[in-house]
Amino acid sequence: MYDIIVIGGGPAGLSAACSAFENGAKNILIIERDKELGGILNQCVHNGFGLHYFKEELTGPEYAERFVKLLNETSVQVMLDTMVLDISNDKIVSCINTKDGFMQLKAKSIILAMGCRERTRGAIAIPGDRPAGVYTAGSAQKYLNIDGFMVGKRVLILGSGDIGLIMARRMTLEGAKVLACVEVMPYSGGLNRNIVQCLNDFDIPLYLSHTIIDIQGKNRVEKVIVAKVGEDRKPIKGTEMEFECDTVLLSVGLIPENELTKGAGINMDMRTSGAVVYENMETGLEGVFACGNVVHVHDLVDYVTQESARAGAAAADYVLNGEKNGEIITLKNGTGVTYTVPQKIRLTDNMKNAEIFFRVNKVFGLSKINLTSNGEKIASFKREHMAPGEMEHIILPKVLLDKAKNEILVEIDNEV
Amino acid sequence: MKELICIVCPKGCHLKVDENNDYKVTGNSCEKGVDYGKNELINPMRVITSTVKIDGALHKRCPVKTSTSIPKGKMMEIVKELDSITLKSPVNVGDVVIKNVSNTGADIVVTKSM
Repeated sequence: MYDIIVIGGGPAGLSAACSAFENGAKNILIIERDKELGGILNQCVHNGFGLHYFKEELTGPEYAERFVKLLNETSVQVMLDTMVLDISNDKIVSCINTKDGFMQLKAKSIILAMGCRERTRGAIAIPGDRPAGVYTAGSAQKYLNIDGFMVGKRVLILGSGDIGLIMARRMTLEGAKVLACVEVMPYSGGLNRNIVQCLNDFDIPLYLSHTIIDIQGKNRVEKVIVAKVGEDRKPIKGTEMEFECDTVLLSVGLIPENELTKGAGINMDMRTSGAVVYENMETGLEGVFACGNVVHVHDLVDYVTQESARAGAAAADYVLNGEKNGEIITLKNGTGVTYTVPQKIRLTDNMKNAEIFFRVNKVFGLSKINLTSNGEKIASFKREHMAPGEMEHIILPKVLLDKAKNEILVEIDNEV
Repeated sequence: MKELICIVCPKGCHLKVDENNDYKVTGNSCEKGVDYGKNELINPMRVITSTVKIDGALHKRCPVKTSTSIPKGKMMEIVKELDSITLKSPVNVGDVVIKNVSNTGADIVVTKSM
């Protein structure tokens, strides 16, 4: 019997395991399907990680290595190259590897840290032929940075998420010609610094409000047709552009990887595609916690680390002191809000505050975040700028939470 | 007149820098934007991250970076130099692969122990 089994050895799992150990849990196991710890950080060879958490600019592998070092100073056990097949609601983890075969491991608490995966061509239904040369940006990143394969010579990128932008630069530095980055929305989903450093630096054009309407090619991609889209996001006739290229990279969003979560019957949130969680990152299933991109897709790994440390501490607390009980407040999304994490707050005697993360559904200038409960004002926060690509964060002290009854409505007021 | 997006904070001001008028910056909302806009036109600096070949490790590529930022214009020259490198495992984070690369004062260093 383990105290805690952590599923996934990426940044979320590493941080959760370290934190659980620091907070007094003893018998902790990380199960990782890859041959090494660190997760996707290993293929993110670019820098920009750790500015918030370590106060310095690290590359992905350096960030991962710092946590692996911290982990090595604990008694946390690690099982690599092992795939978790199922989690039961009485916390039995079924997993398999080539050395030990099939195993069923029981834990007092489980931390879900499986991360997310990329949306594919199938998920967004791009019309056209089905030749070789269409990759998700993250797969291409692994082929290039870890396996050492050049994935293409003339490249078009669909989607302006950060991975797509980063790959535009990587492919250029490795000698490919990146023709353009095409984004269906009128704004980029990536960080401004990446638009500057990855596109502008190499004179790669960014076509906003454009999309791919056709991919042509017999064996390999030969040509891609791009068109402008209207406000309804439908292609406009007569605006077509042709790009002769051999590769299309897709950076069109990430989906939390929750097959195990759903299999255990854990309550999901349609908006985040992750589990519904309380303020301590506990899911609807007692003793099962979730953290990182499996809960909602984060902008920065630093935020994943912080959230996962909270989950690890809460799991240790559960193992040592049992389940928390208290009045439950449901967070509701009002105007301008896409989702909140947590979705529920459990008021307990010794809590000091609750952190709320959320995303807005469009770009806002000077505006207010208003929190009300049944029409009564709880709190208000001012912001100069908010965008869907930047996760917002507020901290609600217990005294304000005590003013709420049953629910808190979070909404954006831009009439300031 | 050159248009830039300021990358100092997430606000992302759209700056205009007039190179014919002492690099006068407009469109900024704070003083940091003035510095960024000026430097970005006079001497833009970047950190390069890339990979080199490695033998005897779990993977075929070892990630590397420049130890400090280097002039933007030297990026392509520096990544070309990386093509000729083959490391031998074991290597550690911080190991120097090329000293004073392209006379920039920066070293190429390993970013993953493997």
